[in-house]
Amino acid sequence: MRTILFILQKEFLQIFRNRAMLPLIFVMPFVQLVILSNAATFDMKNVRLYVIDLDHSAESRRLVSEYTASGYFRTVGVSHSEKQGLESISNGAAHGFLQIPNGFGRDIATTGVAKVQLVIDAVDGYAAGLIQSYTADIISSYGEDIALEIGRFPDTSRQGIRVSSAYWYNPELDYRTFMVPGILVLLVTLIGFFLSGMNVVREKELGTIEQLNVTPIRKYQFIAGKLLPFLVIGLGELALGLTLGRVLYGTPILGSLLLVFGVATVYLVAVLGLGLLISTVTDTQQQAMFISWFFMVIFMLMSGLFTPIDSMPGWAQKLTLFNPIAYFIAIIRQVLLKGSGFADIQQPFWSLCAFASIMLTLAVFRYRKTTG
Amino acid sequence: MASEPVIVARNLTKRFGAFTAVDNISFEVMPGEIFGFLGANGAGKTTAMKMLSGLLSPTTGEARVAGYDVFTQAESIKSRIGYMSQRFSLYEDMTAWENIRFYGGIYGLRMDAIRDKAAQLLGRLGMEHVRDSRIGALPLGWKQKLAFSVALLHNPAIVFLDEPTGGVDPLTRRQFWELIYEAAASGVTIFITTHYMDEAEYCGRVSIMVDGRIEALDTPGGLKQAFDAQSMDEVFVRLARGAQYAE
Repeated sequence: MRTILFILQKEFLQIFRNRAMLPLIFVMPFVQLVILSNAATFDMKNVRLYVIDLDHSAESRRLVSEYTASGYFRTVGVSHSEKQGLESISNGAAHGFLQIPNGFGRDIATTGVAKVQLVIDAVDGYAAGLIQSYTADIISSYGEDIALEIGRFPDTSRQGIRVSSAYWYNPELDYRTFMVPGILVLLVTLIGFFLSGMNVVREKELGTIEQLNVTPIRKYQFIAGKLLPFLVIGLGELALGLTLGRVLYGTPILGSLLLVFGVATVYLVAVLGLGLLISTVTDTQQQAMFISWFFMVIFMLMSGLFTPIDSMPGWAQKLTLFNPIAYFIAIIRQVLLKGSGFADIQQPFWSLCAFASIMLTLAVFRYRKTTG
Repeated sequence: MASEPVIVARNLTKRFGAFTAVDNISFEVMPGEIFGFLGANGAGKTTAMKMLSGLLSPTTGEARVAGYDVFTQAESIKSRIGYMSQRFSLYEDMTAWENIRFYGGIYGLRMDAIRDKAAQLLGRLGMEHVRDSRIGALPLGWKQKLAFSVALLHNPAIVFLDEPTGGVDPLTRRQFWELIYEAAASGVTIFITTHYMDEAEYCGRVSIMVDGRIEALDTPGGLKQAFDAQSMDEVFVRLARGAQYAE
């Protein structure tokens, strides 16, 4: 135990003495938090719409202004030519075009029923889906307004069942509420995963590790001494991040903070353990960095932060069973946004515990004081 | 002086794949002896030293260091030896005192003992004024003297020195050897590799390795006589010329 304290003292001295590292540890993550939580949005504002108005009636102009007034769309051009509409999509000037046929205004006034065509660039399927659903909203509210004005209700029997949705836990569907906890997990992971591994490999590169290996230091003491400082830094970072999320974005903290930090501790042990394991099998920071990134990218993209795990194919969903980031993001969202207690998160929690103990055991086992 | 040898190597061999780095070497070192380990680059000196200090497991053969077996008791050996490698290995971003405190702590010294040792050691080196300076800022010679003293912190029975004076100016080398003599006089066994033939003359006994084997082992005087040479330099060149692996 005493030996570990001496290692800890040394590690903290070195970390806080490293001028280049300090801002990396304490400033960079928060720049990322601010940038990412504002940029990683699932909303689309400023959808670029090209309008082909073949009708030129009061009604057609009104429909276009409904689009622009919705706040989601802005028009990038108006003409009579379908060819120009297609061109605007193919050269990327517009996300889609709206074609209003000749007779649109007349049909509405007489029958209350009219047709328009919306063509969407669906290279980004997700964006196309969003545009489609925005359009559905706009058209249906436009239709209702018209119906009220002309006193004619087009076949309402089909709307016999109306679905009204209530959005729980995130009533305004604010993507930030959803993203901030996940982004915090990423920041904590980056720091822990990379710093711990790099630290050990750096000692290999400098040759100081040989001097340590010739002392009676025990393997577990070495690993503990390398892991604990970054565990403390990781938890500190999480605390700062939560505070910042709360102050800047009003991120809800409905559940127990103690639970969040308890899980974070297990999670960090898992991630740091993996980082240290990588450092025991590599000789240079370059190698360690490359392998770490390999895992980081897979873990991150398959974590459910950007794409829901439920929408992944079956085999990919199975892979996420080995992804600690996925567990922690699921847990932290549940606890912060839904106020879940320990009973609700037991399953992912025990999975994290298993992951942590395996990584730690492997790291201690793989660390060699003797070579050859 | 006790009559039991502190290092006993019998047919010690280390192979890396098909390459035999250390080939069947046997020797004994007595307590308080300054044992010189000479050889061209690539002759196997560092490999042999790593095996004896528990950093590398031997392929075959046997060796006992400070009474412990290198195969089964490597960790026990480590608490009884000091080691200083050819790469400077104190922490450059920590001060002299912080390095001493760290290594003292790792070896299980009590805090007051660490403080006493630090004061004593810095006093002897005339380095009290740089106690709180970062090591990275010190001249190489000072660093090496400090590293040597740190290797002696826990009163080891043996100190392994792997080319400790490489790149150091002649004056500092002389001071370094004074430290070595002091340590040896207090009973510490010195096991040293070097490329400087004048340093070989300072050793009690010298072994010369060629292609992983020990080709000669005697006092410097004895070797010069046996090879009918004027200096250790001549002895060395005569032996090393037959090498295959050496650069």
